Amino acid sequence: MNRMKGASALIEALRCEGVKHVFGYPGGAVLDIFDVIMDVKDIQFILVRHEQGAVHAADGYARASGRVGVCLVTSGPGATNTVTGIATAYMDSIPIVVFTGQVPTNLIGNDAFQEADIVGITRPCTKHNYLVKDVADLAKIIKEAFYIASTGRPGPVLIDLPKDVMNATLNFKYPDKVAVHGYSPTYKGHTGQIKRIAGLVLKSKRPVIYGGGGIIHSNASRELVSLARLTNIPVTNTLMGLGVFPSDDNLSLGMLGMHGTYAANMAVTHTDCLIAIGSRFDDRVTGKTDEFAPKAKIIHIDIDPTSISKNIKVDLPVVGDCKTVLKSLINMLKPKKEELSALRQRLASWHEVIKEWRQAYPLEYTQGKSIKPQYVVTMVDKLTPDDTIIATEVGQNQMWAAQYYKFKMPKIFLTSGGLGTMGYGFPAAIGAQVAFPSRTVVDIAGDGSIQMNIQELATAVQYNLPVKVIILNNGYLGMVRQWQGLFYKKRYSHTSLAVSPDFVKLAESYGASGIKVEEPSDVEGAVRWALNTNGPVLVDFRIEPEEDVYPMVPAGAPINNMLLI
Amino acid sequence: MRHVISLLVDNEAGVLSRVAGLFSGRGYNIESLSVAPTLDPTRSKMVITTSGDDQVLEQIKKQLNKLINVIKVVDYTGKEFVEREMLLIKVKAEDKSRAEVLRIADIFRAKVVDVSHSSYTLELTGNKEKLQGFIDILNPIGIVDFIRTGVIVMDREMQRRRPLR
Ligand SMILES: Cc1ncc(C[n+]2csc(CCOP(=O)(O)OP(=O)(O)O)c2C)c(N)n1
Ligand SMILES: [Mg+2]
Repeated sequence: MNRMKGASALIEALRCEGVKHVFGYPGGAVLDIFDVIMDVKDIQFILVRHEQGAVHAADGYARASGRVGVCLVTSGPGATNTVTGIATAYMDSIPIVVFTGQVPTNLIGNDAFQEADIVGITRPCTKHNYLVKDVADLAKIIKEAFYIASTGRPGPVLIDLPKDVMNATLNFKYPDKVAVHGYSPTYKGHTGQIKRIAGLVLKSKRPVIYGGGGIIHSNASRELVSLARLTNIPVTNTLMGLGVFPSDDNLSLGMLGMHGTYAANMAVTHTDCLIAIGSRFDDRVTGKTDEFAPKAKIIHIDIDPTSISKNIKVDLPVVGDCKTVLKSLINMLKPKKEELSALRQRLASWHEVIKEWRQAYPLEYTQGKSIKPQYVVTMVDKLTPDDTIIATEVGQNQMWAAQYYKFKMPKIFLTSGGLGTMGYGFPAAIGAQVAFPSRTVVDIAGDGSIQMNIQELATAVQYNLPVKVIILNNGYLGMVRQWQGLFYKKRYSHTSLAVSPDFVKLAESYGASGIKVEEPSDVEGAVRWALNTNGPVLVDFRIEPEEDVYPMVPAGAPINNMLLI
Repeated sequence: MRHVISLLVDNEAGVLSRVAGLFSGRGYNIESLSVAPTLDPTRSKMVITTSGDDQVLEQIKKQLNKLINVIKVVDYTGKEFVEREMLLIKVKAEDKSRAEVLRIADIFRAKVVDVSHSSYTLELTGNKEKLQGFIDILNPIGIVDFIRTGVIVMDREMQRRRPLR
């Protein structure tokens, strides 16, 4: 038996989980844990500059690597500062475990100094959370937390650690097994249902695959590609699903939804068989639900039963892990050689129609006198290797990144899709860079969003994390201004960022490098410079101030009702 | 539509709040609630009655199932079940009305659980309608105080019909 204090047991448990990095920030309630951490060599602690940054970094780390991201913060304000990060991870199903300090158990409920009921506060935005009341439960709870965070539909789990519990001693033994009786995700889909899917797909005339972030979580990208190639069915992806299907492939329709491509939205509107895989019919995807895929039989493969028929009535649901279900589906389809070849032949005319849609309204822009943001993203795409990790902030910058960067593999696009959290991208990029020190990591940012977690420049410099921040600086909270322009008679109420820092000097003051770019002819050189400069870099691209993101479906309209330019 | 939902849950702090959050988060009211430990003291059984849109309730039930601390969810809607609540009611009982209160109590098979010079406290179990009927009849006499428990339910064993010879 291994006798030790709770604080040491916490670190031991992290070792048992194979944790290599912890993002966090110290404070009174976690002094005992930090005292132990000081001598820990095999787990790197990364001191961020704001607890929100710690959670986003752990989230970016998890999205890029597929491993559970871990944070550790103090009680009270440290804990409440994590809430936005936790809600962001919750909405996008990202596996992270957040440890928060708590006041000693005898003071809980007393309005003690730096006390916050973080378990109560985060109940609706965690997959599960725990208050450790007895040190004897610590190991079991941590084991459960990592298991719950990373299995089924992944998500954030929070563990609240009262100071006295961290000081109490226990006989540490990490459990080998977990059994959580109220939790058993379904991985294998119902065989009869999968057979029915195969039947429906083989009979379809205008099928479309609509793939989401669930494909990334279940590592099913390869299976998706096989299914598409086997059947010749075109694929559209959600924002969260970008990268699961190579966007330069002939079968790729690009993103669908509010800022999706014309071809994708038209294909979904006219399809007779919509195959939704690991996607959840978000309102930014469906637009007006009554008119979404109106002619289609809808198939839905998802690990989360609550996603099925939540927004859109599904004809053929299968609850299960995308990878496992796709594998069985492919195995059922493969032997049906004749039907498959008939399907492929039949789809030729569907591909013709799609081709016309593609040609009618491709994604396009014209580079004029001032820098176009689309051009900057296109240059970043051209000059970075395929395995580059692209994080984004939120707003127009995010949509231009999604539209114009050609994602060719999963886990390289980090964006806050569900919550739409400004300030997510930069710390997420830092987390991804920690996971992959030698890969290129870029944050495509807006001038508004970047200021929400700009303090993390210090973290990037301190740990030599060479993240490249590309600011698409339009002087506006651009996406909000775009809506004001379109739907509020151009009344730009408080969306002009009249005062912003000199980003170059700001970067330099933190010890990073920066340049400002105003001429279109300098864009390529500036991107090259950023990629070739050591250490963290910030490039302030002064772009066309009132450029809008198109195409666009007004909120609540049917998705074939697109504003095209 | 009215739904009676029974849950088997972990008997620990915070579980009720997780369950209630799924209703309140969607603007749904819990009309009645009963909770008590089961034979296994680490588990509790909850019965919730609520009403609302079937689709939203379907979603709430799925979400309930997803809670780590919820082990089983049963919606009794459309099923055969026995339903009971209990009522404690304190009624004015002075001079003339004393006998009448007792008579009504007798008809409803309510029990007298407390007596004073000016009131009777009665206990009654039954379904919602029976309890409501009792309250309505006593109301004109003068109700001093009353309280009802939440609904509790148990499914009925299927009544097997013997095949006709
Ligand atoms: C934390 C937070 N606050 C407010 C919003 C609402 N919002 C959405 S996009 C946006 C503008 C973002 O401006 P900027 O970062 O400059 O990006 P741009 O759209 O100009 O590219 C705002 C304010 C949000 N998404 N997140
Ligand atoms: Mg902006």
